[in-house]
Amino acid sequence: MSSIEFRKDLFADERDDTLKEIGKPTIRQDILGHVTGRSPYFDDHLFEGLLHMRCVRSPHHHARIRSIDTSAADRMPGVRRVIRPEDVPNNLNTLLALINFGKDDEALLQGKKVAYVGEPIVAIIAETERQARDAAAVVRVDYEVLPHVLDVEEALEPNAPVVSETYPNNTFDYHELYDHQKLRFGDVEKGFAEADHIVEGRYQMSPIEQAPTETCGAIAAPETNDRFVCYTSTQALFFSLGTTAKLLDMPSSQLHFIGGTVGGGFGGKVDSLHEPLAVLGSKLTGAPVKYIFDRAEEMQVGAPRGAERWYIKDGVMNDGRIVARQFTGFFDCGAYTRLSSYAIIKGTGHLPGPYSIPNVASNVYCVYTNRTPATAMRGFGITGVDFSIECHMDKVAEAVGMNPIELRILNAYRDGDMKAHRRLAKNTALIECCQVAASKADWAISAQAAAQTSLQGGGGERAAIPETVTDQAGKIGERRRNKIPTAPGEGASAKGRVAAGTSVAPIIAVPPQRDDMIIDPARTGHRKSAAEQSPAVPSVHSAPIAPPRYTPPTPPTQAPMAPPPAAPVAQPQQQAAAVQPAAAEPYKPTEPFQKGIKRPGVSRFISGTRRR
Amino acid sequence: MAKTPVRFTLNGSETALFVDGGANLLDTLRRGVGDLSPKYGCGQGTCGTCTVLIDGEPHLSCLTLAETVEGRSIETTGGLSNGADLHPLQRVFMENFGAQCGYCTPGMLMAAKALLAKNPNPSREEVVEAISGNICRCTGYEPIIDAILATAGQMRGRVA
Repeated sequence: MSSIEFRKDLFADERDDTLKEIGKPTIRQDILGHVTGRSPYFDDHLFEGLLHMRCVRSPHHHARIRSIDTSAADRMPGVRRVIRPEDVPNNLNTLLALINFGKDDEALLQGKKVAYVGEPIVAIIAETERQARDAAAVVRVDYEVLPHVLDVEEALEPNAPVVSETYPNNTFDYHELYDHQKLRFGDVEKGFAEADHIVEGRYQMSPIEQAPTETCGAIAAPETNDRFVCYTSTQALFFSLGTTAKLLDMPSSQLHFIGGTVGGGFGGKVDSLHEPLAVLGSKLTGAPVKYIFDRAEEMQVGAPRGAERWYIKDGVMNDGRIVARQFTGFFDCGAYTRLSSYAIIKGTGHLPGPYSIPNVASNVYCVYTNRTPATAMRGFGITGVDFSIECHMDKVAEAVGMNPIELRILNAYRDGDMKAHRRLAKNTALIECCQVAASKADWAISAQAAAQTSLQGGGGERAAIPETVTDQAGKIGERRRNKIPTAPGEGASAKGRVAAGTSVAPIIAVPPQRDDMIIDPARTGHRKSAAEQSPAVPSVHSAPIAPPRYTPPTPPTQAPMAPPPAAPVAQPQQQAAAVQPAAAEPYKPTEPFQKGIKRPGVSRFISGTRRR
Repeated sequence: MAKTPVRFTLNGSETALFVDGGANLLDTLRRGVGDLSPKYGCGQGTCGTCTVLIDGEPHLSCLTLAETVEGRSIETTGGLSNGADLHPLQRVFMENFGAQCGYCTPGMLMAAKALLAKNPNPSREEVVEAISGNICRCTGYEPIIDAILATAGQMRGRVA
């Protein structure tokens, strides 16, 4: 605790400084269980007659399965059931199908073609773990070994092996149009032509295993009423529940999932596939079944943070201003999609880092290779590209002979700047971070750099969306037919232009489909400040909801805060004035609830009766 | 498979059961006796979450054959508190934020207890050495080290 330093001198007027918890030691609510060894991790549930599951796994990066012979395993002592791929009711899924994103590409047990080392093929259930291991060792799988690809750029070559037949181009397909995620802002070619220096760099990061101390696993057991209880180490209980229901083709009301105590996850337990196998095993044997990775499996098969490779090309002026930045990024998503498709969208939204650069272009590819499927880990989608950007900033500083911290302060985004994904930057603090870091590290910066602030110098011209050059390069299927360059703007396709001030794709809120999906503050109890309850927001119950219409964005000259220094300072004061009386107000039991528990300090959601 | 009878003292109480040949102490404690406080982390003696005290010495229960503890005294985190009264180590771990996911905590507590029993006034380096076999993947080592040093201070104060 003591190592945390609060710099309350920064942005003091933006903060309502009545923090009740931050900066004060608090005892974790779950720590008593931790120090007494009583916290219920999934494996801390004892069942009579618990059976153990082990998987037969592919020893090859890429191989077609000709046949699977489990007859010897069936006869091994203690074996209660051998689960073959055809025993899985609906043996194809992708995690994000639950939010309708991406095609089903991964089998729970693979029976046709394995695409990475360790891919599960057959699951053995036996009375002891040892017996399950011994039986797994005698399963005979006849493989036809295929050529494999382990490098993201090699996977994009026209003659590269096809990793997953769902995605024959070895890339995830974005918007059913492109084999990569595009970002275009301004005209990087024009920027490069104007620039005094061009600085290029190539950066890459290996896969990183989350390596939680508790390995991934689940225990499933039959419950009454034809239900199954499942204790799991998952970090995402409803992902696990939905995935299990889909793979096993059973209603989720039959599944009773219990999680919440996780022995370290760090992202690696978001897309675990233990629950469906454990529940299937329990269903087929009628007994409690445990499926847990051992440490070797956790390291080999447990989905890591995916590898990334980034090419960055900057156009820089002699004074250090970066006028154009171009990215070509490759995410190694392994053999199946899992969460990588989403990581790319997240990473693209992050470009070009916390800097105001007038011309930005990026092509980011989610590439399939014959490596372990990648998944979430602590800021995935951001970490690799941030590492690349900051390495590149140092390289730029060297190229123009500038202090690297001053270079960052010069190019840092400020309040009111337009970011490349067409959102205004708010509450920026990079300049202040650089200044504090420089003083802590005794790194001298010029008086001019030390005097900068995020609150001033932004907005105005910097808030404009420039005229943007677009292109059609990299349409799905194009890359395999004829080798085309991966970098933005280098494709042969025709180029277009989007007028200044236009967001390329308007974002329209999805209209609520049912009456009870409307967030009504009077019903949900969300306190709203007076400022938020402006008459512009229609009251749902008094007026019918109009279908959302796209209104063209206001021209950039008018849109952002007119006098850049004044606006960001004035706004927070206004807000603070509006919020503060609400926070200080005593609790009023009469509103907003008509029913339920209304005592101060007691959750309003434990009334036991359904409101409305 | 032939079963072997084993008798030992677990947290002060006499315990006897039959174990399979080759069964390790971790499984025996967890599944056989039902003391779930030692955890499985790696099964190969590298992570330290399964640390228990055998006659006061820290041992990795995943690498200890259950048959070898015949007649010996075993202590686990499950027996560290005296009913609702927490051991000073447990209390100070709570106050010092010495656990995040909590999975390594039982092993850490055992390693710390063994250290403080032998060396009531350890230096920071000695604490680091004592828990060097225990991995905290949440990387919360600093509060753990602080907690062990603070406990040592408190226990010395109480004795004196």
